[in-house]
Amino acid sequence: MTRFLLRRLAQSLVLLWLVSVIGFAVLHLAPGGPLAEFTLIPGMTTAQLKLIAHQMGLDRPLPVQYWEWFRRMLAGNWGRSYRDSQPVLYVIAAHLWPTLELMVSSTVIAILLGTWVGVLGAIRRYSVFDYLATVGAMIALSIPTFWFGLVVIYIFSVKLAWLPAGNLYTIGNGSFLDYAVHLISPSIVLALVTIAIWSRYLRASMLEVVNQDYIRTARAKGVPEQTILFRHTIRNALLPMITIAGLQLPTLLSGALVTETVFTWPGMGRLFLDSIGYRDYPVVMGILMFSAVLVLLGNLAADLLYAAADPRIRLD
Amino acid sequence: MTQPRQMDPGALLQVDDLSVRFRSDAGVVSALNGVSFAVRSGETVALVGESGSGKSVTSLAIMRLTPSPPGCQVGGHVWLRGTDGVPLDLLALPSEAMRKVRGDRIAMIFQEPMTSLNPVLTIGEQIAEAIAVHRGTARASAWDAAGDLLELVGIPEPRARLATYPHHLSGGMRQRVMIAIALSCDPALLIADEPTTALDVTVQAQILDLLRRLQKRTGMAVIFITHNLGVVAEIADRVMVMYAGRIVEQAAMRTLFQAPRMPYTVKLMHSVPRLQIGGERVVLEAIPGSVPDPTNLPPGCAFAPRCSHAAEGRCDAVSPALEEVGAGHFVRCVRWREIADGVGR
Amino acid sequence: MAVATETPPRVSPARRARSRALARFVRHRLALFGLGAIIVLVLLCAVGPYIWPYNDLRIDIRHRFAEPFMSAHILGADALGRDLFARLMIAGRVSLTVGFAAMAISTVIGTFVGTIAGYFGGAIGSMLMRFVDAVLCFPSIFLLLALAAFVQPNLFTITLVIAATAWMEVARVVEAQIRSLRERDFALAAKVLGASDAHIMFHELLPNAVAPIVVASTLNVARAILLEAYVSFLGYGIQPPTPSWGNMLNNAQEYLATAPWLALLPGLFIILAVTGFNFVGDGLRDALDPRLDIT
Repeated sequence: MTRFLLRRLAQSLVLLWLVSVIGFAVLHLAPGGPLAEFTLIPGMTTAQLKLIAHQMGLDRPLPVQYWEWFRRMLAGNWGRSYRDSQPVLYVIAAHLWPTLELMVSSTVIAILLGTWVGVLGAIRRYSVFDYLATVGAMIALSIPTFWFGLVVIYIFSVKLAWLPAGNLYTIGNGSFLDYAVHLISPSIVLALVTIAIWSRYLRASMLEVVNQDYIRTARAKGVPEQTILFRHTIRNALLPMITIAGLQLPTLLSGALVTETVFTWPGMGRLFLDSIGYRDYPVVMGILMFSAVLVLLGNLAADLLYAAADPRIRLD
Repeated sequence: MTQPRQMDPGALLQVDDLSVRFRSDAGVVSALNGVSFAVRSGETVALVGESGSGKSVTSLAIMRLTPSPPGCQVGGHVWLRGTDGVPLDLLALPSEAMRKVRGDRIAMIFQEPMTSLNPVLTIGEQIAEAIAVHRGTARASAWDAAGDLLELVGIPEPRARLATYPHHLSGGMRQRVMIAIALSCDPALLIADEPTTALDVTVQAQILDLLRRLQKRTGMAVIFITHNLGVVAEIADRVMVMYAGRIVEQAAMRTLFQAPRMPYTVKLMHSVPRLQIGGERVVLEAIPGSVPDPTNLPPGCAFAPRCSHAAEGRCDAVSPALEEVGAGHFVRCVRWREIADGVGR
Repeated sequence: MAVATETPPRVSPARRARSRALARFVRHRLALFGLGAIIVLVLLCAVGPYIWPYNDLRIDIRHRFAEPFMSAHILGADALGRDLFARLMIAGRVSLTVGFAAMAISTVIGTFVGTIAGYFGGAIGSMLMRFVDAVLCFPSIFLLLALAAFVQPNLFTITLVIAATAWMEVARVVEAQIRSLRERDFALAAKVLGASDAHIMFHELLPNAVAPIVVASTLNVARAILLEAYVSFLGYGIQPPTPSWGNMLNNAQEYLATAPWLALLPGLFIILAVTGFNFVGDGLRDALDPRLDIT
């Protein structure tokens, strides 16, 4: 267990470093590089820019610059937003909660529905249901999230007027129910892709477990089929799904950005898009780095969770 | 159809004309063709044969555990004497009733102890589950009983072991756990499908010894499936030799080893290495050719294409019937008498 | 004779075998359907604009928000009265071109990185593959938008940016394949005969990795079309007045209540194209290497 932990931690640190290198490279890609902030100020002369560049250490060798930048990142100094001069991490934190809320509720929906579809597809393999699930999943993976969002808004908000077309809550109404109702549509829209992926992988995992010797042992013991399914098959089939769930994080974050745009949801994705619109590079860079680190930590958490859930991992 | 045919009064299990067919891409596989035999209470019957001869399929068919995906058809009857003495046709039982038989009246252990236990459940949970399923026992007392069973199968510190997971145990220890699960409900019949094949030789001997001791203690009958004639000699009362989904010779263990009548049995014995000190050297013989294609069995004796005694026009014409050649000794060979008289070649 | 069938007991063996055959057939049919959809779309977008009487840029205020099937504008018209069908066909040219071109570039990058990493292994290989892992840590839309925000958006730059965020899967597939092929006899034999590393990599090993590359590239076209749609929908991709399936949806949300077809139709074209490539990719995976199949 400790060795596994240490190995995973070491791998994550290497990845974190590489992620920062990529982030640094992207930053220097920006027109004007880290100086972009100042080039936008009216009346700025080349001489003044040069002076600022010197003050910011931009005339030093790249490795030194990288090291300075990296150290500041680690220390939590991610720069300030051009728009309101707030520290970048503070701005991100202010927009994080709605995004997390959306991701959690859509993941819950996706896991419940995806598990149902995947399990049923596996135990009724090659049935009509299984075909529809297979074809349905492939089509779901081909639907642009924003388009699905528009369709949901058209049906449930425009035509049926059952659900609000966007926003976190109705202004002047802060009730829990109001929050919950606003959460429904975006959660479903964001869940679509995850349902498709989760059900496909779970089906495959189930089919693998069904043929294991220990399932035959359970049958030979006279365990009822229902118990075999829930206690033996699904339990084992869900194990590798922990890793799959971790690997879905980047897709989920991408989906969240698009969903937030369609549903005017004031989360991190919308913040990112707005910041691009304002050429607010520190925030753009900050969110880019933040999301990558989030993905990294998510994968690490999935690995640890897997180690905790599978008794076999404790050996090494 | 479900009317019990005359069941041998001494028999615990009687298999009549059991056949198993799988549908595969290559065609219909005849895995089992009219297998009939009986097992009396308390005796050990060995099923012997090469891989693909139908030993394992026989045991799975008795348990109704033949794998379902390749469209599988099971025919014939499997009579089991119920606790009240009335014979039940296992193949005609509703699946819920059959489930109650499994693990209770008939238990089974498998070849692969490394993969036969659920990796995410503790050993205690897996033994207690069998008890709870059939006896409805409360968790605590099932757990206690599981501890007793581990002690019975010779696992050191049995109670501490209950909370451990299968991967903590060696193959031999896992097989002991499998035996504990099998014995948890005092079965009348234990089917052991190559239980020692995957184990080291020394561990093999321990497991065989354990099975023998437990059988003496509980009085259960055992169907022991193996391809290892050495193991047969150690454990069996009676032996059935299988080839291409049929029983080709059946006899008491001593009779079979002293006077095998079926050419296949003879060849099988000659292909086993034997440790002899000071004796003459025995030349090991491989049986020429290979097991026939189960999708396309030869019309006559299935062994004829590999048999040095095969006579054209006789052996390859009709499938021979099982003939009684001595008390309780049956052979499926049209030429057994000629071969026994030494005019075979 | 008693007949027993196990779990589930109600399905007869014959029916099971039939449905298995049906499974393969349906699978195959999906791939054929996908191929058909792609061919029809490509032909439509390539030839359609020459035949169709309406121009994609002609503004016709009298027919603003013309409903589909109600006038000569068979799929309706947008807020400026431009014919939607004509626009969809021209947009298809743009979207499909970006899709194919981005696929080609990302396949070349991915194949190159994967081959080098798989062949040399060791420090170079693991460093390259960790780099791939690191790029995959960035949610693709975030990376795509960040890069797109820095460049002057046009057909060429958008294609490059999409390719830059889509080559990693190919690299992984190729690396795994090359790594396993490297130790095979023919590679060792070539090495003993004194062939150069480049020769072994690109002439001996790579041809054996074509099947998974073809599968990954096909799926990558689908991915690239989707990514173009996302980035254009969000306003940082193909810029109007050049239509693309993504940017046609740009303002569609405003008109959702009054002219829903403006949102629905471009989406359906995207789905048709993406599903087509996904089906074909899946069919190719089944046909070329059944072991890769996760279903």
